[in-house]
Amino acid sequence: MKKFIAILVSGMLLMVSFTSIASRLTIEITQGEQTTTPVAIVPFGWQGTELEPPHDISRIIEANLKRSGRFTALNRQDMLTRPTSGAGVNFRNWRLLNVDYLVVGKVRETAQDEYVVQVQLINILSEKQLVGFSYPANGKILRRLANHITDLIYEKLTGERGTFNTRIAYVTSTDGKEPAYHLYVADADGYNAQSIVRSAEPIMSPAWSPDGQRLAYVSFENRRSRIYIQSILTGQRESISSFKGINGAPSWSPDGRKLALTLSHEGNPDIYIFDINARKFSQLTNSAAIDTEPEWSPDGKHVLFTSDRGGKPQLYKIPLFGGQAVRITYEGDYNAGGVYSPDGRYIAMVHGRDKRYRIALLEADTGRLQILTDGFLDEAPSFAPNGRILLYATAGGNNGVLSAVSVDGRYQQRLASQDGDVREPAWSPYNQ
Amino acid sequence: MNSPTNYLTMCVLALMLSACAGFGSSRQETASTQADESPAASSADSGDAETSAVDIPGLINGVRIDQESSPENVRTVYFEYDSSEVRSEFISIIAAHGELLSVDRGRRVVLEGHADERGSREYNIALGERRALSVRRLLLSSGGSSSQVQVISYGEERPAVVGQNEAAWSQNRRVKIRYE
Repeated sequence: MKKFIAILVSGMLLMVSFTSIASRLTIEITQGEQTTTPVAIVPFGWQGTELEPPHDISRIIEANLKRSGRFTALNRQDMLTRPTSGAGVNFRNWRLLNVDYLVVGKVRETAQDEYVVQVQLINILSEKQLVGFSYPANGKILRRLANHITDLIYEKLTGERGTFNTRIAYVTSTDGKEPAYHLYVADADGYNAQSIVRSAEPIMSPAWSPDGQRLAYVSFENRRSRIYIQSILTGQRESISSFKGINGAPSWSPDGRKLALTLSHEGNPDIYIFDINARKFSQLTNSAAIDTEPEWSPDGKHVLFTSDRGGKPQLYKIPLFGGQAVRITYEGDYNAGGVYSPDGRYIAMVHGRDKRYRIALLEADTGRLQILTDGFLDEAPSFAPNGRILLYATAGGNNGVLSAVSVDGRYQQRLASQDGDVREPAWSPYNQ
Repeated sequence: MNSPTNYLTMCVLALMLSACAGFGSSRQETASTQADESPAASSADSGDAETSAVDIPGLINGVRIDQESSPENVRTVYFEYDSSEVRSEFISIIAAHGELLSVDRGRRVVLEGHADERGSREYNIALGERRALSVRRLLLSSGGSSSQVQVISYGEERPAVVGQNEAAWSQNRRVKIRYE
């Protein structure tokens, strides 16, 4: 098991109203892939008035690729030459260093805080350029651009879409005399964490809208539960559900027009559908048991939910347009909080067995269940938009931390924060 | 409202309740400590004249429990894992609260339902609510009226004790009876 710390983060804070603490996440790869592709990301050339560009783009790309668990990167000091474009590459040198692919580029300052970034991905064996782009950029978007470039490289080399230019949301809490709950949004690598809600009362269940522009969440401010929808860009929010009892577990429909949610004002928790434009609620389940944690299926046809109608919490699904709920989990005495992979093939859940709570993956077609994690208090699984990685919350010492595991179970990493308890990760959809 | 019989009933109930204070919880203070610090006790007239007390045998030494939202009014009912069944030792305590509500219809309580941290968070919200509703049913059957009893569930969001072991979890599976 290979251990190394990939990056230490001190997030660049934008000035937004609620930002007080940078919730710094440290990412550590705790278990890597068996086979990795050797790449070299050469330090980018720099032409500008300052000694260095505002961001080391090649370092960001390198950290991203390493963090994916599928690449090893040649150390900078082992590079014999440092070309900044495809034209200057000595292929034989790189072949001797066992490098399969090379990333070269340069950053040129064209005006105050204006840059042009050029990047090329080169296949050392075939001696061909695989990706080549030139981008205008200002200082503010350089880091995002580096993530975007990583996406291009990753997709070219793996055939899968990258998720480096996406975001994660998560909830933190700090104890003490004045407990504080925050809802944070950060880049997928943990950088640039910004608090978008701060409250003395609990915040729960963040859920991204399918366009990645809004977050629905539950807040207990004023000592009652409410569901809010908040715009990421403006920070403005609206309360959409404040019934007596539970207002919880929002889940967006794939078209972003509706929310499935849990209400208990009729006496016990049932699943409801809320039409955002029409502002109307309709009841989907009606049982004397607990029905909660709705999750819209990616095809939009049914809703997955947790119910203890059989005595213990298990996962059920119910068609949206008429029909009975069907139980879908049978292994273990506790299955809850189910979420679909983006392609609908898998359902990840909290799986309780032998007094341990771990994340398990159910293959929807075959019903095959696979336990993915080895904690004892694992919860809140959330798929990366490419379906390859699951983020989840786990116990780390006395505080909750976030972990990630690949759906094949081969690769794990841990995202720890210095600021109290971190939980309820929600991975954003692709940026649009 | 404040007839002597009612006052006596309240005192008796208060004694019953204060005897139960701290039940299963090391964090709770007893009601009497707090009563000593009440504004009524500290604002006694201390002029120059000498005074003496009338000796009344059998004075009922009641403890005030009606201070708004003071911590000694918080009572806690504990639950087994994944259960919302009220344990037998708590039934009489809840009944005493119900009778208190029936004696004074102006009193209101909030029942805060909680769960331990195991399992998923929204399911724990539902579990916390079901526990609070169990306590509510007993309150109503012992004299409280539904307009006096409010319910909120915090699930696992506000643990009383932080710790990843049964000792902490057993303290966190609870319903707090909080007087408004």
